[in-house]
Amino acid sequence: MAQIFHRAANTLAKATLYGIVLLIAAICIIAWEVNNSYNVYLGEHQVQPVPFSHKHHVTDDGIDCRYCHTSVETSSFAGIPPTHTCMSCHSKIWVNSPMLEPVRESYLTDQSITWVRVNELPDFVYFNHSIHIAKGIGCTTCHGPIGDMPITYRANTLYMRWCINCHKHPWRYVRPKQYVFSATYKPPPDQDALGRKLVKEYHIQSPRIITDCYTCHR
Amino acid sequence: MSSKDNDNGRLDLVSIRSKLETDAGKRFWRSLEEVAETEEYKRFLNSEFPYGVEKSRSGMNRRDALKLMGASAALAGLTACTKMPVEKIVPYVNAPEEFVPGKPLFYASAMPWQGVGQGVLVWSFMGRPTKIEGNNDHPGSLGRANIFMQASVLDLYDPDRSQVLIHEGRVGSWSDFLVQVDELRAAHLRNQGAGLRFLTGTVTSPTLGDQLRDLLKQFPQAQWHQYEPLARDNTREGARLAFGEYVETIYKFDQADVIVSLDADFLFTHPAGVRYANDFANKRRVTGPDSKMNRLYAVEATPTITGVQADHRLRLRPSQVEIFARSLAGALGVKVQGLGEASLPNLPSDWLPALVRDLQNHRGSSVIVAGEPQPPAVHALAHAMNAALGNVGKTVVYIDSIEISPTNQTQSFRQLVSDMGSGKVQTLIILGHNPVYTAPADIPFAENLTKVQQRIYLGLYEDETSVLCNWHVPAAHYLESWGDARAYDGTVSTIQPLIAPLYDGKSAYELLTLFQGQPGRTGHTIVHDYWQSQQKQLSPQAFEVQWESWLEKGVIDGTAFQPKQVALRKDLDVTPASSGPQSSGLEIVFIPDPTIWDGSFTNNGWLQELPKPLTKLTWDNAVMVSPATAERLNREMKTVKTQGPGMGPGTGGPWYSPGPTESSKYEVVELSFQGRKVLGPLLVVPGQADDCVVLTLGYGRQRAGRIGTDRGFNAYSIRTAENAWFGSGLEVARTNQRYELVMTQHHFVIGQPSNPREGETVSAFHRDLVRVATLEEYRQNPDFAKDSPDMTTQAQSLYPPYDYSKGYQWGMSIDLNACIGCNACIIACQAENNIAVVGKDQVGRGRPMHWIRVDTYFRGNLDNPEIYHETVPCMQCENAPCEYVCPVGATVHSPEGINEMIYNRCVGTRYCSNNCPYKVRRFNFYLFSDWNTPSLFPLRNPRVTVRSRGVMEKCTYCIQRIRYHEIYAEEEGRKLKDGEVLTACQQTCPTQAIVFGNIRDENSQVAKLKAQSRKYGLLEELNTRPRTTYLAKLWNPNPEIKES
Repeated sequence: MAQIFHRAANTLAKATLYGIVLLIAAICIIAWEVNNSYNVYLGEHQVQPVPFSHKHHVTDDGIDCRYCHTSVETSSFAGIPPTHTCMSCHSKIWVNSPMLEPVRESYLTDQSITWVRVNELPDFVYFNHSIHIAKGIGCTTCHGPIGDMPITYRANTLYMRWCINCHKHPWRYVRPKQYVFSATYKPPPDQDALGRKLVKEYHIQSPRIITDCYTCHR
Repeated sequence: MSSKDNDNGRLDLVSIRSKLETDAGKRFWRSLEEVAETEEYKRFLNSEFPYGVEKSRSGMNRRDALKLMGASAALAGLTACTKMPVEKIVPYVNAPEEFVPGKPLFYASAMPWQGVGQGVLVWSFMGRPTKIEGNNDHPGSLGRANIFMQASVLDLYDPDRSQVLIHEGRVGSWSDFLVQVDELRAAHLRNQGAGLRFLTGTVTSPTLGDQLRDLLKQFPQAQWHQYEPLARDNTREGARLAFGEYVETIYKFDQADVIVSLDADFLFTHPAGVRYANDFANKRRVTGPDSKMNRLYAVEATPTITGVQADHRLRLRPSQVEIFARSLAGALGVKVQGLGEASLPNLPSDWLPALVRDLQNHRGSSVIVAGEPQPPAVHALAHAMNAALGNVGKTVVYIDSIEISPTNQTQSFRQLVSDMGSGKVQTLIILGHNPVYTAPADIPFAENLTKVQQRIYLGLYEDETSVLCNWHVPAAHYLESWGDARAYDGTVSTIQPLIAPLYDGKSAYELLTLFQGQPGRTGHTIVHDYWQSQQKQLSPQAFEVQWESWLEKGVIDGTAFQPKQVALRKDLDVTPASSGPQSSGLEIVFIPDPTIWDGSFTNNGWLQELPKPLTKLTWDNAVMVSPATAERLNREMKTVKTQGPGMGPGTGGPWYSPGPTESSKYEVVELSFQGRKVLGPLLVVPGQADDCVVLTLGYGRQRAGRIGTDRGFNAYSIRTAENAWFGSGLEVARTNQRYELVMTQHHFVIGQPSNPREGETVSAFHRDLVRVATLEEYRQNPDFAKDSPDMTTQAQSLYPPYDYSKGYQWGMSIDLNACIGCNACIIACQAENNIAVVGKDQVGRGRPMHWIRVDTYFRGNLDNPEIYHETVPCMQCENAPCEYVCPVGATVHSPEGINEMIYNRCVGTRYCSNNCPYKVRRFNFYLFSDWNTPSLFPLRNPRVTVRSRGVMEKCTYCIQRIRYHEIYAEEEGRKLKDGEVLTACQQTCPTQAIVFGNIRDENSQVAKLKAQSRKYGLLEELNTRPRTTYLAKLWNPNPEIKES
C-alpha cells in the first residue's frame, strides 16, 4: 500500500509541534516587551526642537526644578517654562549658540516652542502634581534619574499597575519633604520604617482611599 | 399628555376624569395616558424595547455583522501594537500674570437679559470660559443662576454664529464698513441726523446710554427706538398710570407672608427671577414644626413655575384675571375711578372673602404682584392695593426706572415702522434682537425695512433680520466684550471679556462709537473712560484701583437706587381700555418659551433639549389646551384643508427609520386669529384654564442655525401689538395632519412593577415617591413622611457591608418644599459634566443624557391638579443594585459612599442601567458628544472625561469638584469645611433646594437637613439605602378655603 504521507511529513510534523511552542513563547515574550516598554516609548529619547539637557541644568548648574516648573507645588500641571524663562539666562550666556537658535527665534517672533511630550497619560487619567509634592513624593520617583538625562526620556511606563503599586504601598516610596526636589536622593536602607513614619506624619490617606477609582478617573 | 388617537379613537378624557374622581384625589399620576391605562402605554411600559428596535444605519445584514464581529475580536489584540500617540506641549513665550496652568480662574461679569444685568462668575480654564455661576456679590444673583445664564456659554462657542461681516449678501470688509459709516456720518451731520434711526432692545447700560445721548446731541433729528418682543410695556405703563411717571417696582419677598400673583411668573420670567426665587424660598424654609411659611395665591391661565408653587391656584383666562383684580380691589376697599362692578361667575364662593381676610390680617407683610401680560390697569390696581394694604415701603419698594430711557416700546416700534413706510428713514442701525422675526404681526417691519436705504444690523447670528440688511456686523458675545448693565435694583454690573472675540465680533458700544465720530476706541476704553468721567473727584491712579475692585466684584458699589417716595395719582382711573363685549370664542395666550425664551436661544442645543417644565416637551412648541377644552374641541372642531406644505411629520434626522410609533403623533390644528393662520400640534395640559389656547414664542425660525431652524411653529406670526399677550376670538380647526412631539414625561418611570399581576394598576405611585402634607398636618404629625415600620426592611445585604465610619461620607438632601422646578440644575450639570445633546429623534427613543432630571407628578382631578416637581439625580445608594451586576467592575463603590462610574472600564452591557430602580443611568447609544466641531472643544470642562460611544454615565456628585477642593485642603493639612465643595446643581439652584456635604459631620448643613422628620428616601423598601434623600413637600393652604 502506498504511503499516504510523504517522508518529509515526519519532519514537518515535528517542526510544527516545536514551532507552535516556540511561536507561543515568542508571542509571549514580544507581548511582554511590547506591553512594558515599546508602546510608551520607555527609555526612548525624543527629538526635541532644542536638545535640552536636564543633566546639564540640574546636575551641573544646580538649578532647582521649580525654577522652570513653577506650578508643580500649586497645580495639577507642573508647567513647562515659557521662552521668557530660558531667556532670563540665555540673554546673557551662550547668546550665540546655534543650538539655542529656536529659543531666540521664539522670543523674537513671539511664537511658542513646540516640545514633544515625554511623560504622558491618557485623557481619562487626572494626575495632580501638587498633591504628590505635598505628600513627600519626589520628582525622581516617577521621572527617574532626571539629573542624569542629557536628553529627557520616559523612565517609567506610567501604566495603571505602576501607579497603583505606589498607591498601595506609599511607605515604600515616600521621602522626607526636604528631599522632594533632590535629583540625587537615594532611599535609605530602612526605607520601610522611615516610610511608615512619614506616611503618618504627612497624613497620607489609607491605601483603600487612594486606590479608589475616582482618585484618578472622573 | 396628548390628544392623539389610539386604537379605538381619541384619548377618552371623560373616563380619565371619572377615574381620577373615584380615586378621591389621593393618587399621583404622571400623564393622561397613564391614568387611562391605554394599551399603548402598557405596551410601552412592559416591552423590552419600548421605543422600537432601530434599523441599522448601514443596512448590514446579520451574516456580515457576525463576520465583522469575529474579525474585530481577532484584530482587537493588534491594537496593543500601536504606540501611544505623541503629544506636543506648547508653552507661552511670555506667561501672563496670575496664570497657573491647570488651575481655573474666575471673573465676575454680567449677562444682559431683558436688558437687565444678571451677575455671573465665569470659570476660565487656560483662557477659555467653560462654565457660568451666579455672582455672590451681585444683588440679582446672590451666587445663583438660571437656565439662560447657565446656557449662554454654549452660545459663545456656537459654530453657527456669524463669523464674517456681510455686505449685500457677500463677505465684506471692515475697512469698507468704516468708509461707509464715515459717509453716513458726514451726510447726517449735514442734515442734522434727519432719517437716522437707532433700534435697540431695552437699554440699562449707563455707558451705552451716554453714547446714545451723545449721538442724539450730535444728530438732533435722529431718533432712538427700543423694542424687545417681551418688553415690559404693561408694567411700565401700569406704573405711569398709577404714579404719573415710570418707576420700577422692587418686591421684598423675604418680608412677605401673603403673596398674590395676578398672572405674574415672578420666580422665573421676571428679570429679577433668580433673586426673587431665593427670597421666596427662604420664606418657605421649614426646619421644624414651629417654622412658618408664606402663602402664595396665584391666578393664572397656564401652570407656570410660580403658579405651581401656589398654595391656592385659580385657573382663569388672562382676560378674567383683570375682572378678578377689580373684584379683589373692590373687596379691599380700594377707591379708584372706573373700578367697575363686574364679577366672575364661576369663582369658588369662599375664595375671594378668604383671600381678602388673609391680606387684611397681613397688612404690611403681604404683596400683590401683577404680571406683565396684564394690561396697565391691573398693574395700577396692584399698586393701589399694595398702598391700601400698607405694603409700600415694606414689601414693595419703588425706585427710579433702571432704564436709560423708559419708553412704551410697542409705540416706539410702531412709530419707527410707520416712518420707515413713509420714507422718512434713510439709515437704520439695529443693535441685535432680530426684529424681523419678533415684530408683531400687524407692524410690517420686514416689508418696510427694504424702504430704508442703509440698514446696518449688529447680531450674533445670520438670521431673519440680517438677510434683509445691507450690512451685517457680527456681534461680540457678552463673554467677549466690555460693557455694563444695571441689575434689577439699579446696581451697575460690569461686563468684562473672558476671551478675545472669536470671530472679530463688535459690541454695540464699539459700533456706536463709530457713529459718534470716535473710531478706534476699544470697548474697554469706552466703558473705562465713561466711568472715569463719572468719578472726577478721583485721581487717575485712584480711579484705576477703584476700577480694578469693581471688576473684581462685578458690581459698582453704591449704585443701587434708593427707594423713592411715590404717591398714587389722586385721579387714578382704571376704566378698561376697551369696554366692548368679550367675544365668545377661544382666547389666545402668548407666553415666552420656558426654555428658549423669545427666540434668542433657539439655536442653543442645551435649551432645546431641556424638557420644558410640566409638559416635558423638548425641541418643539405646541398648542396647549386644557382637558375640558380638548374635549370640547374634539366634539366641535371643523376640519379644514390647509394650503402650503403643512407641518411635516416632525420626525428626526433623515437617516433614522420612521419615528418611534406611528400613533404617538399629535393632531395638528389650524389656529386663526384676526385673519392670520398658523398650524401647530395640539397638546393637553392639565391645570390650564378652560377656553384658552396657550402658545409659546421663539419657534418656527426660518434662519436660526443648524439647531434651531424650522423647529415648531412661529407664534409671532399671529401675535399682534394690540394682543401681544392675549386676545379673544381665536378659531381652531382640525387639519388631519399629524406631528411628532417628543416628551420625556414617560421616560425613566420609577417603580413600575416588573410583572403586574392581573388587575394590578400599571401606576406605581402607591410607592409614595412624592410625600406631601399641609403645614397643619405636619405640625400635628411631624413624622408623616416616614416609612411605615413594615415598609422599611432592615434586611441585611448578602454582600459584606462597607465601613462608613471613616473619612468623608458624601450625601445630598433635596428639599421638595424649596424646589420650584426651574431646571437650572439640569443645565448647570450639563455644562459642568460635558453632557451631550442627542437630538429630537434620540430623545423620542428615551435617550436624553441629562444626569439630573425633574420629574413632574400630578395629584387630584384632571382640571386643576396639584403639581409636584421632584429632582432626581443618582441616589448614590449604599447598597447599589447597579454595582452587583457589572461584569467588568466599571461601577464600583467608593469608601466615601459614592457609587462610581469608570468610563474607561465600561464595555456597555447596560446591565447596571437595567438594575437601577431609579433610572438615573444614561447610555451613549451613539457618539453623542460632538468630536468633530472644533469650536465646541474649548467649551468642555477639562476636569471631566468626554464620553465616547458605548459607555454608561451618570451623576458623580461632581467628583471633580470634590477632588479639586480635597487636594488643596490636604495640601494645607486640613479637612474640607462644610460648604467648601458645592456640586454644580447645588451651586446654581436659585432656591437652595439642593444641599450636598459630609453626612458624617453632624454639624454639616446636609446632616442637619437629613435629621429633619420630613426626610425620606425613594424606594427605601428595596434596601438600597440611598445617599440622596428628600424633604417632603408642604403646602400652607388657607383653612378658610375648601377646594379640591
